[in-house]
Amino acid sequence: MIQLQLRYSLVILCSVIFIICVVGTNTSFAADTSTTNEGSELQTWWFYPLILLVLSFLLGVFAVLAGVGGGVLYVPIVSGFLPFHLDFVRGAGLIVALAGALAAGPGLLRKGFANLRLAIPMALIASSSAIVGAMIGLALPTNIIQTMLGATILCIVALMIIAKKSVYPEVPKPDRLSQTLGIFGIYHEPTINKDINWQIHRTPIGLALFVIIGLMAGMFGLGAGWANVPVLNLVMGAPIKIAVATSKFLLSITDTSAAWVYLNNGAVLPLMVVPSVVGIMLGSFVGVKILGITKPSVIRILVIVVLGIAGTKALLKGLGIG
Amino acid sequence: MDNNQIQKSTGATEAQILYGNILNIGMLIGFISLVFIFILYITGILSPLIPPEKVETYWTLPLHDYLEKSGMEVGWAWFGNLEYGDMLNFIPIAFLSLLTIVCYIALIPGLIRKKDAPYTVIAILEIVVLLVAASGILGTSGH
Repeated sequence: MIQLQLRYSLVILCSVIFIICVVGTNTSFAADTSTTNEGSELQTWWFYPLILLVLSFLLGVFAVLAGVGGGVLYVPIVSGFLPFHLDFVRGAGLIVALAGALAAGPGLLRKGFANLRLAIPMALIASSSAIVGAMIGLALPTNIIQTMLGATILCIVALMIIAKKSVYPEVPKPDRLSQTLGIFGIYHEPTINKDINWQIHRTPIGLALFVIIGLMAGMFGLGAGWANVPVLNLVMGAPIKIAVATSKFLLSITDTSAAWVYLNNGAVLPLMVVPSVVGIMLGSFVGVKILGITKPSVIRILVIVVLGIAGTKALLKGLGIG
Repeated sequence: MDNNQIQKSTGATEAQILYGNILNIGMLIGFISLVFIFILYITGILSPLIPPEKVETYWTLPLHDYLEKSGMEVGWAWFGNLEYGDMLNFIPIAFLSLLTIVCYIALIPGLIRKKDAPYTVIAILEIVVLLVAASGILGTSGH
């Protein structure tokens, strides 16, 4: 507990120092600009990084409250409403999703919610496909990627509306592959103070679906929690808590491979990435704190509406209409 | 709470706790250095290779045009320019992106000890996949 508090304190302290420095620098630059360029545009290089910091902070809060990953909100909203090119937004989106997964990973693993035996085989498939997805994504023309991104976001919106969750899915008999790999487990459910035994089925189908998930994660820089959770929970039969936690942890592996492709291709700009990572992490901390006093259903509707608008905008932009 | 107590109370395996502990330390180091180095960069304490005013004109361009106009080299070229504030920022970003490989390497002795052949093979393959991605040998594109 003390270690956790220390960790939170360090992260928050760093972030506060960061914001003070950004704001301090911005104020002095703003003063310089206004005195040297009287009457001309006041906007300087720090304007959009600052906007990214604030926007990512809000996205971090909303992502936690709506139960979605930061990346899935970040890419369509930032590419749709800010002037950054989609190539750099996808690079930053992957680092944002990666940072979020790395921050959540230790707690989820040590609490027994994220399961390594379930994650490791899926991660190998997803991370290999993510590399291919990232390479395809960087090779295709922007309008095609933008159109596909818009269509994907609208599909995610539909998935968020119609997908059901199964808290403890019934798995009458584990499949042979999951038995061979020893994918089963037990976790303590604090809400009912009970140990829950679980096992999975349809492992080959799940692995095949992770090929598609990896490809999309790499291609669009979205993270992939929106797809990981239904596959792990509804297809493979992992309890929802195990599915959500393992999905979040999985992103730290899947997004790593895709992030390297973007990094090696020059599509990662620190001036975009760092404010976004800091903003989303700070927002996530605040989101967790206010989770208990907000109505998640209202937030979820808001996120669905915003994603719907961002998805439509990306689709129209890709088709040359928007 | 030590590792044995965590294991008993949560059902987390020894490997999960080991992985979680490495990730925890690595994430903290990575995040703190990310913020610290970025401050050195934006306050101008370390001069950048590409001034932020210029970056602003590049981030609206497609990747290919940005690389052409900025003269930026791809791959690990940034590693040779660490005296510049903007390039130094890639150290924590790369560090965070390498963390998973470190965690997987730490898992392997335990897997071998338990004679868990399938997971040893999968873990080694994952390390190879991530190293290939990190190496940049898959080539660089940019449309």
